[in-house]
Amino acid sequence: MRVDGKGLVDRTRPVSFTFDGNTYRGFSGDTLASALLANDIRLVARSFKYHRPRGILTAGSEEPNALVTIGRGPAADPNVRATVQEIYDGLEARSQNAWPSLRYDAMAVNDLAAPFLGAGFYYKTFMWPRAFWEKLYEPIIRRAAGLGALSGQKDADHYEKAYAFCDLLVIGAGPAGLMAAWVAAQSGADVILADEDSVMGGRLNAETLDVDGKPGTDWAAEMVATLEAMDNVRLMTRTTVTGAYDSGTFGALERVCHHRDMPKGGVKETFWRIAARRSVLAAGAVERHIAFENNDRPGIMGAGAVRAYLNRWGVAPGKAVTVFANNDDAHRTAVDMQAAGVHIAGVIDSREDAQPLGDYPIYAGAMVTGSQGRHGLESITFEAQSGTERLATDCLAVSGGWNPSVHLTCHMNGRPTWAPDIASFVPTPGSIPGMETAGACNGAFATADCLREGVDAATASIKALGMTVADVAMPEADATPYSVAPLWAVPGKGRAWLDFQNDVSVKDVKQAAVENFTSVEHMKRYTTQGMATDQGKNSNVTALALLADATGRGIPETGTTTFRPPYCPVALAALGAGSQGKGFAPERFTTSHAASVAANAPMIEAGQWYRPSYFPLEGETTWRQSCDREVGYVRNAVGVCDVSTLGKIDIQGPDAARLLDFVYTNMFSTLKEGRVRYGLMLREDGFVMDDGTTARLGPDHYVMTTTTAAAGQVMRHLEFVTQALRPEWDVRIVSVTEQWAQFAVAGPLARDLLNGILDTPIDDEAWPFMSCGPVSVQGVTGRLFRISFSGEHAYELAVPSRYGASLFELLLARAKAMAGGAYGMEALNVLRIEKGFITHSEIDGRVTASDLGMARMISAKKDCIGKTMAGRPGLVAEGRPQLVGLKPLGPVKQLTAGAHIYTPGEDAAPAHDQGYITSVGFSPTLGHFLGLGFVKDGVTRHGETLRMVDHLREIETEVELCNPVFFDPEGGRTRG
Amino acid sequence: MRLPCPICGERDHREFYYQGADVMLHRPDPDAGEAAWDDYLYLRANVPGDHHELWSHDAGCGAWLRVSRNTVTHEVTGAELATEVKR
Amino acid sequence: MVELRAQTPLDDMAPMTIGTVTLAEVDLGVLTSIAPYKGQGKALSEALKAAHGMALPGPNRATGKEGARAIWFGREMVMLAGPEPDAALNAYAALTLQSDAWTAVQLSGDGAEDVLARMVPVDLRAASFKRGHTARSLVQHMNGSITRTGPQSFVVMVFRSMARTLLHDLQRAMESVAARG
Repeated sequence: MRVDGKGLVDRTRPVSFTFDGNTYRGFSGDTLASALLANDIRLVARSFKYHRPRGILTAGSEEPNALVTIGRGPAADPNVRATVQEIYDGLEARSQNAWPSLRYDAMAVNDLAAPFLGAGFYYKTFMWPRAFWEKLYEPIIRRAAGLGALSGQKDADHYEKAYAFCDLLVIGAGPAGLMAAWVAAQSGADVILADEDSVMGGRLNAETLDVDGKPGTDWAAEMVATLEAMDNVRLMTRTTVTGAYDSGTFGALERVCHHRDMPKGGVKETFWRIAARRSVLAAGAVERHIAFENNDRPGIMGAGAVRAYLNRWGVAPGKAVTVFANNDDAHRTAVDMQAAGVHIAGVIDSREDAQPLGDYPIYAGAMVTGSQGRHGLESITFEAQSGTERLATDCLAVSGGWNPSVHLTCHMNGRPTWAPDIASFVPTPGSIPGMETAGACNGAFATADCLREGVDAATASIKALGMTVADVAMPEADATPYSVAPLWAVPGKGRAWLDFQNDVSVKDVKQAAVENFTSVEHMKRYTTQGMATDQGKNSNVTALALLADATGRGIPETGTTTFRPPYCPVALAALGAGSQGKGFAPERFTTSHAASVAANAPMIEAGQWYRPSYFPLEGETTWRQSCDREVGYVRNAVGVCDVSTLGKIDIQGPDAARLLDFVYTNMFSTLKEGRVRYGLMLREDGFVMDDGTTARLGPDHYVMTTTTAAAGQVMRHLEFVTQALRPEWDVRIVSVTEQWAQFAVAGPLARDLLNGILDTPIDDEAWPFMSCGPVSVQGVTGRLFRISFSGEHAYELAVPSRYGASLFELLLARAKAMAGGAYGMEALNVLRIEKGFITHSEIDGRVTASDLGMARMISAKKDCIGKTMAGRPGLVAEGRPQLVGLKPLGPVKQLTAGAHIYTPGEDAAPAHDQGYITSVGFSPTLGHFLGLGFVKDGVTRHGETLRMVDHLREIETEVELCNPVFFDPEGGRTRG
Repeated sequence: MRLPCPICGERDHREFYYQGADVMLHRPDPDAGEAAWDDYLYLRANVPGDHHELWSHDAGCGAWLRVSRNTVTHEVTGAELATEVKR
Repeated sequence: MVELRAQTPLDDMAPMTIGTVTLAEVDLGVLTSIAPYKGQGKALSEALKAAHGMALPGPNRATGKEGARAIWFGREMVMLAGPEPDAALNAYAALTLQSDAWTAVQLSGDGAEDVLARMVPVDLRAASFKRGHTARSLVQHMNGSITRTGPQSFVVMVFRSMARTLLHDLQRAMESVAARG
């Protein structure tokens, strides 16, 4: 119910929203949780395992119970914590994990079976029969357990990543964080202050404490306004710092559009990477519960949360509130509620010496032992010194003390330290390099201590940055010390809950200890304590205290589990933002791309490049028809193909030739100007890295070609050689892949075609095979290389890329006029297989020059990368697979890449493996399938008949081994 | 993680390509023998603690760096240009 | 007969304004990568000054002005943008024609920094990245070059073949920044 005169919500701005189809009203500034409580809705969820009715436990991001689904369809967002979801007009929220309805959930029968479903139940029960697991048990368990469901549709919303930088990152904008930011900002540091709430101020907005002589919330608002006006401060609200990483890098999730309708082009969340030179953690603390029988009934909440709903949102979660606590702080709840006119049924304090802070009934040395009420709390039972008593109450505010939010200090392997005075863990200094901790997260709970620690943390950080610390006045504030007497669980028989999100009870922890899972890590995994999305923020410390009890050890001795990123759940969509759809990888388009697409060519990916597969003509129904025709262009007339994707590297300098001699197996220093040579490049371990042609353009000037696939690798390799191995050489390398649009013009009519467009015609004498040089096309200076990857009389013509599109159009028009045309990757592949030319299908990283029949290409006159290791016994021994051609024999005429080769009569099993096929294609020129592959000692076995077995496609045929050069082995056509 | 490129300044690790131990800087002579080549290519110490390793600033200036990093804490204590190391 | 026609990487795309940020394809003129030979840096700088009026920029800096800039482009590499390179430079450095290898766009207006903060993992805010500063870094998944040319103005370069991806990614970031209002 709403309480007049309280809270920071804007009562002039009513907001309408729905929950489970019913329309409710709240105010601007409400969270879904505060608005539901204002409407007296207590039952909001069913628990994960037992489907127990659950309400709102907390007022922050640590909420384990109140998980709802927001929105519908592809934009539906499951498992949203109602305590962080701000309401806006039209917000649609639904409960989860209940059928047919939240009030009458059929799966609540699980709760009756609870005696059988405790810790270890799955491990013990579903062991056998094995086959039942996948088909029976798992589907049933998955249906019964679980929280919200994804829509199954593509997420309709956008997410993004972004980068931010600062001198000092302050995490948390409560009193400690605000003071830290203020000192740092005054000292001139570049500050980012991040807080997960929509309003900064932290607990100051949830309490009635004064700071600097004014209400804490006013002080916070003024401080925030002052900071906001400073150029060197960046305030990030609704931003949870989720992880601390190496070198001062932090992850932070900003909820950009969860609190309003999505504007056009907007993003739902931004995942920030913040690089901070120093950081201050001022993340506050999380209140812990006390375990007692049925302590999870809707209406039982954290005492600090009850106070927060009153002071921050003007909502009383009950009409008759009872407080159950082991510390002084919780008494503030009674005081604040009473001051607001809410009836306090009593305060039950487990400490015998507890004193009331106001005029309310107090039961010192008493403990709550049970709760009653079907869908929400109606009464409690408690053990007072006078005996068992029962009290009618609709809201029980429980506090077992506060646990500092040490989470981020654990992200780089840090382990927190036990602090007996607060009966909890505090950060171990130095856990995160460059991070100071301040305030409640450091175990300092009084406001005055928080402010002081904020100043201290900022002072240390500013000094470490080498800056001068500004003097700031310390505001007056409450300094009441915090006093707590540990109470983890009230003794009793029934189920007392610890981890609400995973339905773990005190019994489960004790059972783990009985079964000898006494290590805290084992207990965690056996019971699933702390393994839900809230990572046990409310319950871990209690659970391990109980484990310590059960095993007769102290808490420090028992140890603690730690926390890992992210601090709060982060959607994969946010982590993967910028990498979905087109953002996955750059799309690299050649200058002929548009023309290829216009010609209906299916485009295939080659690394990041897109290349045409084939160019279908009307009437062609299969790709093979198009491919055969395109092969025919090249063999009989002239074909044109965009080869711009091949890597091109410009190499200049006095030591250019020396570099090439070192990275290639063969000689390039002897190459004449205006000539091109094929080169083979090895890795240092002796295996082939890449191949390609290199042209000598001038005395100290070469241009190297790499394969499309290896362009980046070769570039990095050349940089390594020139910087790390031979830095004394004077040679400069730069990629020119993108500068030139390059087209293969191949076929018996290639020169005729070129002579129709070149400003000066060429002839065989001036332009023999493997020559190169500048040419002019309509006044545009290009480069011409007489090289061939098809075995035909062929050239590659390069022009500056700006002319690429129109040159392709021009070449195509000419080719068509000569009964030729464009050819794609399929035809290119068939053409090169017919000639036995290799690609990365063959040089797959396991192949040596000798395997390829290119041992002679390793020059004996010089050292080169890979030469020594290529001579290793294992790489030159007999029995290595060597490159061969394969032709099908027998009735099945198909060869398949990936198939293996066996000796006829032997079992087609790995033990008898003779080799494998790397490339296949149907040769329209020769009228049958051709294959390239590697077969043991294959070079000496030409003419042998072996057996090809493709186990995956279930294809088998006899094959004949042959020379891998199937077509024109003398090479007459190339030179023709 | 952030790496201090001597040319570009401190940069996010995503700009870099990792190569491995700086052993690769010291290429043996062709006739150094099997053991030397085996050490060079395959044998690595994998010591917990200070480690010298090669990174290429691929998406930045293109320099090959020798970075000093503690493999236990991930603390990066320095980086120098491969060209300088070889001097 | 088909005429050879020059096409820009973004095919002369009209400038696009989303919110307060404008994206425009820019023609930087002739691009020449200049890689000084060993020990020739100083001589090259003088030759550059004599021929084109700007000194050789140090790492992460650009010299010159609109129409004739020298942009540091990586280890031992500078991109001369604008004039045809003077032949005298050949004595001191490896010169390579790169006019057609790069897509260049100008991103300008209030919020340009915010747009780039969604793509580039480098602090490009005015206090640390001033006019005349340049960086080689990532532009989303692409290797690129970013130069500040004014208080609210940057030139961003990626390989020519990635022009469409650059456009897509920038547009997405511009929309997001604009939606925040």
